[in-house]
Amino acid sequence: MIKSIKTWILIGFASLLLVACGQGGGGAGSKKSKTLENTKKAGFVKCGVSQGLPGFSNADESGNWSGIDVDVCRAVAAAVLGDADKVKYTPLSAKERFTALTSGEIDVLARNTTWTLSRDADIGLTFVGVNFYDGQGFMVRKNSGINSVNDFKNGISACTNTGTTTELNMRDFFNSKNISYEPIAFEKADEVVQAYDAGRCDTYTTDKSGLAAQRTKMSNPDEHKVLPETISKEPLGPVVRQGDAVWEDIVRWSLNTMIEAEEYGVNSSNASSLKDSENPAIKRLVGAEGELGAAFGLDNDWSLRIIEQVGNYGESYKKHIADTGILPNRGPNQLWTKGGILYVPPAR
Amino acid sequence: MNLKKLNIENKKIRDLIPQALTVLALVSVIIYFASNAQINMGNRGISFGFGFLNQEASFDITFSMIEYDGSHSYGRAFLVGLLNTILVSVIGIFFATIIGVIVGISRLSDNYLIAKVAEWYVEIFRNIPLILQIFFWYFAALRALPLPENGINFYDISFLTIKGWYVPKFLWINFNIFLLSIIAAFISIYFINSYATKQREQFGKQLPTTIISLALLILLPLITFLVFGVSLTFEYPVLKQLSPTVFTYEGGVSIIPELIALALALSMYTATFIAENVRAGILGVSKGQKEAAASIGLNKNQILKLVVMPQALRIIIPPTTNQYLNLTKNSSLAAAIAYPDIVLVFAGTALMQTGRAIEIISITMLTYLTLSISISIFMNWYNKKMAIKEK
Repeated sequence: MIKSIKTWILIGFASLLLVACGQGGGGAGSKKSKTLENTKKAGFVKCGVSQGLPGFSNADESGNWSGIDVDVCRAVAAAVLGDADKVKYTPLSAKERFTALTSGEIDVLARNTTWTLSRDADIGLTFVGVNFYDGQGFMVRKNSGINSVNDFKNGISACTNTGTTTELNMRDFFNSKNISYEPIAFEKADEVVQAYDAGRCDTYTTDKSGLAAQRTKMSNPDEHKVLPETISKEPLGPVVRQGDAVWEDIVRWSLNTMIEAEEYGVNSSNASSLKDSENPAIKRLVGAEGELGAAFGLDNDWSLRIIEQVGNYGESYKKHIADTGILPNRGPNQLWTKGGILYVPPAR
Repeated sequence: MNLKKLNIENKKIRDLIPQALTVLALVSVIIYFASNAQINMGNRGISFGFGFLNQEASFDITFSMIEYDGSHSYGRAFLVGLLNTILVSVIGIFFATIIGVIVGISRLSDNYLIAKVAEWYVEIFRNIPLILQIFFWYFAALRALPLPENGINFYDISFLTIKGWYVPKFLWINFNIFLLSIIAAFISIYFINSYATKQREQFGKQLPTTIISLALLILLPLITFLVFGVSLTFEYPVLKQLSPTVFTYEGGVSIIPELIALALALSMYTATFIAENVRAGILGVSKGQKEAAASIGLNKNQILKLVVMPQALRIIIPPTTNQYLNLTKNSSLAAAIAYPDIVLVFAGTALMQTGRAIEIISITMLTYLTLSISISIFMNWYNKKMAIKEK
C-alpha cells in the first residue's frame, strides 16, 4: 500500500529530521525568527495541506492547490516573500500532519485541523487562530428513514477517519445516548467514502464541511443527506511549531488580516486605491499608516499584498466554499457584524 | 595471565579489535542520535515517556478479542491491536500453507488441466501487488455482497452480508473441562505415536495410529459431554431492523469483512510463494529415492509420507519461514481497509491522539521484531527437528 509505506517513510524521516537538525527553532521571545530566515532563504513557504478536501485544500489536474486552507499559506507567502504563489505544498494524512510540523518538514499546517487543548499544549504545537468554525455531523442515505440522530438504534455501524477528533466525539456521542455502535475507522477519507457508498456502514461521520465536500464524491450524491444535528465544536485553524513566537505571529496576523479586510470592505480589487482612505483602520490595513510590519521584521506593505494577491476572507470563502456548492450558507463563519462569530483582534 | 595473549600479534586479539571498534562506533552513533533527539524534543516542548500507556484511550475499536472499550487505557488498546495482528497472521499462515501445499503439489500433477490451473494461479497472484489484492477483496468483493436484509442464508444459522459474516455464538458450560479433555487427547496421541514408532522400528509392526488418534480426539471430549456436565448451546444471529431500510443482525458473532478480506488476500498471495517452495522441495528429492522406496515394497502414500516428504521438507522449511515472516509483516497493510491491527489502532489512532510518535513507533517496531523473531525461533526449531540426523 503506497499510502501506508509513505506514512512510514515520512514518520521515519520526520524522526530522523527531529534527531538530525540540531538545535533549530529559535528561542521563544527573541525577535529573530529562525523559521522566517529559513523561509526567506528557501524562497518558499513550506505548507502542509490535506490529501484532497474540496473547498479546503484540493489540487486540480495540473497540480495547482486551492481552498481556504491553501489561502492561509498563500497569505503567509504574500506577506513574507511578496508572492502568494511561492508555496511548497505537502499533502499529509491526519496521522502524519503533526509529526511533519514538529520535525520541520513543514512550517505551517493548514489542514482543517481541530484546535483542542491537548494538541495545543501537549505535542509541541501552537494554534494561531480559526479559519473555519465547523462541527461534527452524520450523513445517512435518504431512503434510510433516519431523519435525526435520535433515530439511531443499537447496532448501527458508523464509518469515519482514524486519527481525528471525530473518532473521539463519536464515542462521546453514542455513549451519551447509550447506543451501542460499530466504529469502522479508515486511514484515508477516500476509503471511508467508498466503504460507506458500498453499504458497509449505515452512517458516515466527520466534520459537516467534510461531509458536504465528500458527498460530491459519492456515486450518487443525491441519495445521501446530512442530519441536522451537530455533535461537537470543531474550530479548524492553521498550526505552527511551538517556540518561534515571531513566525507564530506572522501566520496569525496573516489570517487576521484577511478577516479584518472583509470587515472593513477591503478586497483584492479596491485595496490599492484605498491608500488614501479617510478611515485609519483601512489605512493601516493597506500599509498607508503605522509601522505594523516592522513588528515581525516585515515591510509595511505585507498586509496590502495579502489582500491584493489572496483576497479577503469573504472572497476566499465565496470562491472555494460557497461557489463550489459545498456550503453556500456561511453560518457561523460570517463576520461578527453580520451575525456570525468571526471576530479578530484589531490590527493596530 | 600470559602476556603474550594480549599482544597485537595474537590472532584472537587482532580479530577482536575491528569488531570492538565497530560496536563502539555503533553505540556512539545511537547515543548521539538519542541525545540529539532529546535536545530537539526539549526545545519543541515535547516530553518523552511511556506514561501515556496508562491514560484512557477514549476511542473505540470495531473488533476486539478481549474486553475493550474507550474507557480502557492506551496499553489495552495496544494489546487489542497486537492480538488482532496475531489473529490475522495465524489465519493467514494456516490457509496460505494449506493452499500453498495443494497448489504446489498440483503443479506437479500429471493432469494437464490441474497443473495449468495451478500454474496460472501462481503467476497471477504473485505478480499483483498485495495492496491491490487487499483493495480488490475488500472493495470489489464487498460490493458484491448483499445488504443484511438479503444476506446469503446458510440454513438460518449463519448469514453472509456486506456488514460481515454472522455465525452462531458458542455458549459453553464447563468449557474448562472440555478444553482439558482436548489437551489430554493430544497428549495421549503423542504417546501412542511414539509407542507406534518404537513398535515399528523394533518389531516392524504397523499400528493403525491414524484411526486410534482420531478416535481419541472424538471420544475423550464426547465423554465430558456425557459424564462431566459439559454442554454447548448456540446463540443464532437474528435480523434486526434499525430503520425502514437499515438492517443488521443481533446475537451471534460477526466476523467483520475487513478481517475476511485481509486474511483472504494475505493467504492467497503468500500461498503462491509457498506453492513454489513446495514444488521446489518435491522436485529436489532425487528420483532414485522414490524408485528405491518402491523397490522395497512401499506403496505410493508411504513413499510420499516416509521418503519424499521428510526430505522435501528440509528444502521447503527455510524459504517458507521467510514467507510466514513476510505474511506477518504484510498484515500491517490492514490499515488501508480499516482492520484494527496494531498499525491502525496503535501506530495510527493512538499516535494521533497522543502525538507521541517516537515512543509509539519504537514500541510498534519492537513488537513486529518480537513477533518475527518468535516465528523464526519456532521454525528453526522445526527445521532442526526435520534436518538429517547424522548417526
